[in-house]
Amino acid sequence: MQGFQDMATIMGNLNALAGGLFIIAAVGIVATRQVGACLKFFIFQSIFLAASAFLLGARPFSTHLMAVGVINLVTKVMFLPWLLRHLLKEEVYARREITQVVSIPTSLIIALGLTIGAYFFSLPWLKAAAVTGAPRINVPVGLAGLLLGAYTLTNRREAVPQLLGLLAMENGAFFAGVAIAPDLPLIAELALAFDLLILIFVVGVLTRAVHERVGTTAVGALAKLREEGHK
Amino acid sequence: MSKRILFNVLQVLVVMGFSPLAMGVLNRFKEIVQSKQGPSIFQPYRDLWKLFSKDEVVPEESSWIFRVTPYIVFVAPIFVTLLIPVLTDYPLFWAFMADMVGAGFVLALGGFFAALAAVDTANPYGPMGASRTRMVGFLAEPIFLIVFFTVSFVADSTIPFIVQQKWVTPISNFFEPSHILLLIAFVMLILAEKGRIPVDNPSGHFELAMIEESKDLEYSGKGAALMKWGGWMKFFVLMIVFLNVLLTPWGLASTLSWEAVLLAIPLVLIKILLFIVFLVFIESSLAKLRLFRISEFMSAAFVIAVIAMLTSAFTQ
Repeated sequence: MQGFQDMATIMGNLNALAGGLFIIAAVGIVATRQVGACLKFFIFQSIFLAASAFLLGARPFSTHLMAVGVINLVTKVMFLPWLLRHLLKEEVYARREITQVVSIPTSLIIALGLTIGAYFFSLPWLKAAAVTGAPRINVPVGLAGLLLGAYTLTNRREAVPQLLGLLAMENGAFFAGVAIAPDLPLIAELALAFDLLILIFVVGVLTRAVHERVGTTAVGALAKLREEGHK
Repeated sequence: MSKRILFNVLQVLVVMGFSPLAMGVLNRFKEIVQSKQGPSIFQPYRDLWKLFSKDEVVPEESSWIFRVTPYIVFVAPIFVTLLIPVLTDYPLFWAFMADMVGAGFVLALGGFFAALAAVDTANPYGPMGASRTRMVGFLAEPIFLIVFFTVSFVADSTIPFIVQQKWVTPISNFFEPSHILLLIAFVMLILAEKGRIPVDNPSGHFELAMIEESKDLEYSGKGAALMKWGGWMKFFVLMIVFLNVLLTPWGLASTLSWEAVLLAIPLVLIKILLFIVFLVFIESSLAKLRLFRISEFMSAAFVIAVIAMLTSAFTQ
């Protein structure tokens, strides 16, 4: 019985650790210059999300959460990077983005403020609802992931990091979701995963077209509309 | 009681005796990774012997600060050694003299005097290095404080001997997110504080790019020996704090007997050897950051430390 208790505590702690690393990966997406490194941070973030789903689903055993973890691993860790790599040229990933809207140390401080804000706003609500256990850990982390993803969208100018910011927001929502609604129908998860791939496909093709026409993927710099044939 | 005093003195002797060896091993490993043969691991001892038997030259224009600094730099890590668990997992005689914040203060005092002495001689490179060290130092300060606050919040104490017990009793505490994240932040701190790659290149001899090394350019003879030895001891002490207080509080003596304490010495050295291998891995796989990128490195460490604090403060 004692061993059982210990194991449960260790798994709770590991889930919290996955949460902490999840936030750090989100901060990494905000703050890294190189587009390729940004993509790696997103992959790490998805791995931590899957880890949290597996840890929560292991005891008591839940097929739904395990399936969520597997869907995450397959779509976000394996298929998505493969798709992005094939849609866009290698040159896009090697590019360093030096014209972020806010400088990196400042945006790290802002990211920190957003994280603290996520804890600050979600915890009173969780305490009022007398929630204990996993949601206490996952909801603030998920909210922080959501806010950091939104910040990435506003701060980055390259197309791929912007897309990753959007996906990081989705990851954050999922991170909170696996704890709050562990019994979400599997069909919803599958539909979402499929939607995600369509989204990446569309954005990827669009970025590719932009890259071919304008010669850059810094979509933040595109301010004017151009008409066809007006070269 | 007399044993507790003796063990405490023994700790100091271990740190004094083995810190040059740790440095020698680190340098040798790095050279081997770079496909060179490298100096013997006992080279730091020979350097010390050479410097101690040489004459000392002191610039005429320098003030008393220049002469006092080597002694302060040498003594500061020794004071800290009295406060931290090097060999035992129970408090020794001087353990309650100061807590971790006090130990950090004593170490910072050594750095402060080293910076003053570098400015004192008006050598053009000294003040430049000193001001850069201060820049890294003041970026490291908030991280130090947040790490200490988190540790004391989790362990309800700031005495290193007591904190050390907390992470392994029960063992599930080891996997607490705040613990693991603190470790990451602390490794980044050690790299910054001791001027290792990626913050500074310790083997560089180009004065314009130096950060940590340029402070003792003007010293010769005994002064240089004390400065170097003090620096190595500070590095050793930081590694001991990281390994014995934060990461692996195992392998330490738990009884008040000579056998247990003497057995702890090789175990601690093995832990340090493993950590050195890890450091060599980091130093050989990263490039030195440009000066103004250091603030990004430090703010990343700061973010990790604060997230460690958040996850410990709110999940309980």
